[in-house]
Amino acid sequence: MSFVEYKDVIQNGDTAIVFLGHDSMFAIKVQQGGATQTKYGAIRHSTDLVGKKYGSRITCSKGGWVYILHPTPELWTVTLPHRTQILYSTDISMIIMMLELKPGSIVCESGTGSGSLSHAIIRTIAPTGQLYTVEFHKQRAEKAEEEFSDHKVDHLVTVKTQDVCKEGFGVTNIADAVFLDIPSPWEAVKYAKTALKIEGGRICSFSPCIEQVQRTCLAMTEEGFIDISTFEILLRVYDVRTVSLQLPDFGAADKNNQDTPADTVSQSKRKWCTDSQQGTTQFKSGAPLREMSGHTGYLTFATKSLS
Amino acid sequence: MPGNGDRPNEGDKEEMAAAATTATDVPRSHTVCEGHHVVLKRDDVFKAVQVYRRRKIIFEKQWFYLDNAIGHKYGTTFEVSVGGVLQPLKAKSEEIEELNEAGVDNRNIIDDGKSQKLSRDDIEALKDQGLKGQVIVKHLIENSTTFRDKTGFAQEKYIRKKKKKYEAFITILKPTTRIMAMMYHCREPSKICHLRYDTLAQMLAFGNIHAGCKIIVAETCAGLVLGSVMERLGGYGSVIHMYPGSMPIRAAMENFGFPNSFYDHLHDFPINQLNCLLSGSFSAENETLQNQTKVVSGEDNRSPLSTQRGDGVPCAETMMDITQAGETEAKDVACEETENKDQNAVRKSNVVERKSKQEDRLKKLQAAAAALQERNADGLIIASRLYPSPLLLSLLEFVAPSRPFVVYCQYKEPLLTCYADLRERGGVINLRLSETWLRSYQVLPNRTHPKLAMSGGGGYILTGITVAMDRGKSVASIPEPQEFAAKRQKVEESIS
Repeated sequence: MSFVEYKDVIQNGDTAIVFLGHDSMFAIKVQQGGATQTKYGAIRHSTDLVGKKYGSRITCSKGGWVYILHPTPELWTVTLPHRTQILYSTDISMIIMMLELKPGSIVCESGTGSGSLSHAIIRTIAPTGQLYTVEFHKQRAEKAEEEFSDHKVDHLVTVKTQDVCKEGFGVTNIADAVFLDIPSPWEAVKYAKTALKIEGGRICSFSPCIEQVQRTCLAMTEEGFIDISTFEILLRVYDVRTVSLQLPDFGAADKNNQDTPADTVSQSKRKWCTDSQQGTTQFKSGAPLREMSGHTGYLTFATKSLS
Repeated sequence: MPGNGDRPNEGDKEEMAAAATTATDVPRSHTVCEGHHVVLKRDDVFKAVQVYRRRKIIFEKQWFYLDNAIGHKYGTTFEVSVGGVLQPLKAKSEEIEELNEAGVDNRNIIDDGKSQKLSRDDIEALKDQGLKGQVIVKHLIENSTTFRDKTGFAQEKYIRKKKKKYEAFITILKPTTRIMAMMYHCREPSKICHLRYDTLAQMLAFGNIHAGCKIIVAETCAGLVLGSVMERLGGYGSVIHMYPGSMPIRAAMENFGFPNSFYDHLHDFPINQLNCLLSGSFSAENETLQNQTKVVSGEDNRSPLSTQRGDGVPCAETMMDITQAGETEAKDVACEETENKDQNAVRKSNVVERKSKQEDRLKKLQAAAAALQERNADGLIIASRLYPSPLLLSLLEFVAPSRPFVVYCQYKEPLLTCYADLRERGGVINLRLSETWLRSYQVLPNRTHPKLAMSGGGGYILTGITVAMDRGKSVASIPEPQEFAAKRQKVEESIS
C-alpha cells in the first residue's frame, strides 16, 4: 500500500483501515506477529491480514467480522491520531480544488499539524509534485515525518521545523500554491508571496475567526494579491431511513359510498383507506442529522498576479 | 504524434495541424499561443475560448480580437481599446484620487433622478470619443451633484460600480477545474446538472482521484466532471467515460486544452452496450455498425465529428453539444459554428476516410470494453441526468474492492433509492448521503458580512466504499447473465 498508489494485497508494514461499522473505524500498522484487539475479538496480522486482499471481510477470534480497507487521505483524516485540531475532508476538498492542485504541483503548507491536509495534498500532487510543509513544533514535525515515511510518501514531502511567520517557507519562487493554517496568517503572507512562482500562483488561508480573516485580507491586498475571496463551506449529512407516520382516523365511512365513480378525489381517498387499514403510511426520508458542524473556519483564497 | 496524420475527421487539415502543434504537442508554456484554450475573465465572469488570430470574440457586450494577447504571459490583464484591440495593462490603473469631502449620513440626499448632470447621450458621446473608462468614471463623479454628500463608503461603492461598468479589463487565464466549474455553474448550470463547484470538489476528493488510477466516469455534465478527473490524473492512469446516446458530449473537457498524451488513456463506452458487456455477448463490431448507421442517418443535423472526440482534436467540436441543445446563451462559452458545415461537406465525399475512422473507432471500443472487463477499476464517479440507481448497480460490477465511489444527483430522492438498493445488493460500506452549503463573504474594513446572494442548491452526493461481496456473490466473479437480468428487473420494479 501507499497513500498515492492502490495495491490489491495487504503486506507487512502497510497502514490499513479496520472498518467495524458505521462511524467506527481505526487505522493499524500491519506487522508480522502483531495483533489488534477489536470488540469482535483479536485480528492476528500474520494470518488474518498479510496476503489478503484489501476490501476483504476478516473474521476475528470471537467470530465477529470486520472489513479491512485500503487507506485513503479521507479515511486517514477520520482515523489519524490528533496532535492538533485538524482540517476535515469537506474543507480539504475545497482547498485542493480552489488552489488548483494536480499532479506536479509544488505546494507550501504551514503548519503541518497532524498532517490531515498534508496527506490529501500529497495524494493530489503525486507522482511529480512536492510539498514543503513547515511546522515550528519540533515534536509534531518529527511525528509527521515518521508518518510520511510509514505511508511511503516521504519522497513527496519536505518537513521543515521553523517559524513560518519569521523565517518563511525556506523556498523561493517555486510554489504553485501556498496554504496557511496558523493563528496569525497575516504575518506569513509576505513569505507566501516569496515562495510562489514569479508567474503567479494561488494562496489559501484557513481561520476560524472573522478578525483573522480581515487582517489576512488586508495583508493580501497590500502584497498585491488579487481575486481575494472568502468562503465558508458547511457539510450536511443525511440519515436515510424509512419513516412511517400514523394516519388520522376519521371513523367508519358510509359503506354505500365506497364504489362511487373513480374521479381523482375518490381515488386518493381510496388509497388512504387501504393504507389506513394498517393505520400508517410509509416514505423514504433523508433526514438531517440531529447535530452538525456549524463552523470550522473561513477559507480565504487569492491569486498572486504577475509582478 | 503517431496517428495524427490519419486522423481523418477534419476538413481543414492545415489549420488542424497548426492547432495540434501549437496547442497540444508543445508542452503548455506560460505564454498564450495561437491554438491554446484559454479563459477570459472580466470581474467574476468567465468565458472559455480558443485563441486564433483575426477571430472576433464577443464577451460581456464587448467585441475584440485576441491577436495582441499572443505571446503575453498567462495572468496578463488587457484593456479593450477602439477597434477591438487589446492593450496590456501596464500597472494597475492609478486610483481616482481620494476625495476628502464626504457626508456623514444621507438625511439630505433626495432622489430626484437629476443628480447626474450628464445625459445618456453625453455618456455615449464620451464613449464614442474612445475615452478610457477611467476618464468616463471621473466625468460621472464630477457631474454628480450628490457625490460629495455621500458617505465615504457610499462614494467608494459608487466608484466601484461605475468602474465595473466602464472599465473593461480582461484577464487571460489558463483553464483549470476551478475556473471551468465556476464558469459553468454561473453561466450554464443546466448543462452540468446544477453541479456546484464545491460539490465537484467533494466528488474528486471522496473519489480519491489521483495519478495512476483507473476511473469509470458516467457523466452528462458536458464533460466537466470528466475534465476535472483527467486533470487530477495528470496523464497517469486511465478513464473510461460511460455515455448515453450515440456519442459522448465533452465540450467542457475540451476547453481544458489537455495535451494529446492525456487522450491516449481516455476510453469511452456507450451505456446502451452495458447489458451486452455484462452478459458476455458484447461485440465491438456490432456496436460500431449500429452506431455508424445512426450517425450517417443523422448526419445532416448532427455532426458526426464527435465519434472522434476521444482523440482530443482541439477544434470546432467544442461548440457542438451547445448548438445542438440550441441554447442561445451558450454561445459565449466558445464559438465556432460555421466551420462545421464545411467539414460536413468534405466528410460526405470521403468514404475511405470514414472507413478508416470506423476501424479506428472499433479498436477504441474494444480497448474500452477490455478495460472495463478487467473489473478492477479504482473508482467510479456518476454525475448525470439519468436515474442513478440502475447505472450505479451495473457499473459497480466493474470496480475493485476497497475503492471509493461517488454518485451525484441534483435531487435527493433518487439517491435515497440508491442507498436502499445498495444496501440490498451488499458489497458496499460507509455509505453517506450529503450536501454542502457554500457561503461567500464580503470582507472590507468595517463592512464585512456574508454576501447577499447565495446559491440555493448544488446537488447531493452519495459516497461509499466497495468491499468483497458476501460468499457466492463475489465481485470478482462474473455474474450469470440471468441472475443479473433478474437483479436489474428487480431494481426497475422497485423504481416504478
